[in-house]
Amino acid sequence: MKIHEYQAKNILREFGVPTPKGVPCFSVDEAVEAAESLGGSAWVVKAQIHAGGRGKGGGVKVARSLDEVKHFAASILGMSLVTPQTGPKGQIVRRLLIEQGVDIKTEFYAGLVVDRASRRVCVIASGEGGMNIEEVAAKAPEKIQRLSIDPVAGLTAQEAEGMARRIGFTGPASVEAGALLQALYRAYDSTDASLVEINPLILTAEDRVLALDAKMNFDDNALFRHPDIAALRDFDEEDPAEIEASKYDLSYVSLDGNIGCLVNGAGLAMATMDIIKLYGGNPANFLDVGGGATAEKVAEAFKLMLGNPELKAILVNIFGGIMKCDVIADGVVTAAKEVRLNVPLVVRLEGTNVEQGKKILAESGLPIIQAENMADAAQKAVVASAGA
Amino acid sequence: MAILIDRNSRVMTQGITGKTGQFHTRMCRDYAFGKNCFVAGVHPKKGGEDFEGVPIFATVREAKKVTGATVSVIYVPPPFAAAAIDEAVEAELDLVICITEGIPVRDMVRTCARMEGRKTRLIGPNCPGIITPDEIKIGIMPGYIHKKGRIGVVSRSGTLTYEAVAQLMEQGLGQSTCIGIGGDPVNGVKHLDVMKLFNDDAETEAVLMVGEIGGSDEEDCARWVKGHMRKPVVGFIAGLTAPPGRRMGHAGAVISGGKGTAQEKLAVMEECGIKVTRNPAEMGKLLKSVLR
Repeated sequence: MKIHEYQAKNILREFGVPTPKGVPCFSVDEAVEAAESLGGSAWVVKAQIHAGGRGKGGGVKVARSLDEVKHFAASILGMSLVTPQTGPKGQIVRRLLIEQGVDIKTEFYAGLVVDRASRRVCVIASGEGGMNIEEVAAKAPEKIQRLSIDPVAGLTAQEAEGMARRIGFTGPASVEAGALLQALYRAYDSTDASLVEINPLILTAEDRVLALDAKMNFDDNALFRHPDIAALRDFDEEDPAEIEASKYDLSYVSLDGNIGCLVNGAGLAMATMDIIKLYGGNPANFLDVGGGATAEKVAEAFKLMLGNPELKAILVNIFGGIMKCDVIADGVVTAAKEVRLNVPLVVRLEGTNVEQGKKILAESGLPIIQAENMADAAQKAVVASAGA
Repeated sequence: MAILIDRNSRVMTQGITGKTGQFHTRMCRDYAFGKNCFVAGVHPKKGGEDFEGVPIFATVREAKKVTGATVSVIYVPPPFAAAAIDEAVEAELDLVICITEGIPVRDMVRTCARMEGRKTRLIGPNCPGIITPDEIKIGIMPGYIHKKGRIGVVSRSGTLTYEAVAQLMEQGLGQSTCIGIGGDPVNGVKHLDVMKLFNDDAETEAVLMVGEIGGSDEEDCARWVKGHMRKPVVGFIAGLTAPPGRRMGHAGAVISGGKGTAQEKLAVMEECGIKVTRNPAEMGKLLKSVLR
């Protein structure tokens, strides 16, 4: 799960990470009031959307007067912000963060993420702040420092300070930066985060260390023990079809093609998308109905796919193991009748009770195109999508 | 021989009293030599009871001591599953297979750290399990689609592994052992560990390796194969069409920071001499084509 920058900074401050003073705002008036209450002579008006790259899209502006705060807040709020991560449609800005302006001396990068190979949380830091860290990693890997953290000992003061010095902090600032890294790890670990990223981490003109930006993602599987964090979920930032899918425990990702896919199992669902593409079609979605799919779940999955105006065909690909093909076939027939299917439906069943399943489909009287195997199914779906 | 498990393995089920644990223990006992293999259940409050004749013990240690079981399969719900693994590791079992999906990564990071230097090997979590056809199955895969043979299968998924097995069967190829290592970002054995075992197994003639987007396990395995593998290996990677930054069902199936793409994995595998297909319907045919 993702949260906004201002929410991440609230959490990080609780763990002792220093950040600039700021106020989240939902209107232009609130933005001006916030700037007044913060005082000073410069403010940063920051669009709050989940996607990164906001500055490049014009979603972050420095204001030198309250009039400018008003002007920028008015232009950013409600805009459709397009960044490298939002896709071409962009994301509507509904929230702002107004922050005190800070004089930056140097920019750094600090992040925490799970390193799969070592099976540990890893600190990643660099003296190349403010940049796209993936680009730095690709072009100048020697400028990136990594350290995997022992989950029992945590990130020690010595390790953290050493890391701070290696990326270019010196003197008292390296102690401060070390403490900040330790606080970041405590926040990561205590909240079951899956990513913490501070880009840039800065040294101010007054030699203070501050997290100027903040990004936090959380492990969905651990939200059950963090109701306070789960409550920060912003539905405006999510795809409506994916929100609907999550209500029924369906794993669904919207894509930009026109062939809907309903599959059991994540690996097979990805492979089904791949084979559609291989035969010249385009998948409209990833959809894993899971191992325990019921007729009701299948029906909901159909409704989700049919809600997509681009949809030209549906491909159901089921390998029945514990889940029996006849049960799925019943679900498909029930769903197809209930939702008034208006696109061609290709079904491939394999595995447990496959013959009963095929019989149910054949006798349903529905115009279901049956397929013999995965390749046959994909080819038939691609042809059907082109003809519809 | 096969790898890791055979008809002589003795298995306990942790979480035997839950709906999933009951159902699959029953299915596993009904498969091949299962009746002899599944000898114990574990439940902290139901020691002394039994499940359809399988004695239940309060602890893993006790179950091991009394029945001699050295393998455990876990169906415990996600909030408690990592602790169940810890208990099996403490009891010094040889092999633990954790089926449970949805364990917090933080729990697995701690459990994996506790496992360092210990003898226990972990398969999963979030996996279908392991099967040595016509001998023993430990997990949730449909047993009847398999047949004893000489092809090793290692995969991160469930149903895609069944698909691969069905394609092998279409080519008349049975399997030595099939392992699903699971779709989580932090897990036990990786492709590489399983590949080493297949390399040393006299009954395995060739290996089908099925991977998916995320991480670099497949690349690590491929690099090892290049220098060490004495048998043909073929592969498929799911997720060529997956968009970056989106989690595709499995917690570990995500392209992050431009890393872990299917293209990259396939390229490294090819460089290392592994024949790959981009068509998931041709895994069986491809494997057949490399047999000597």
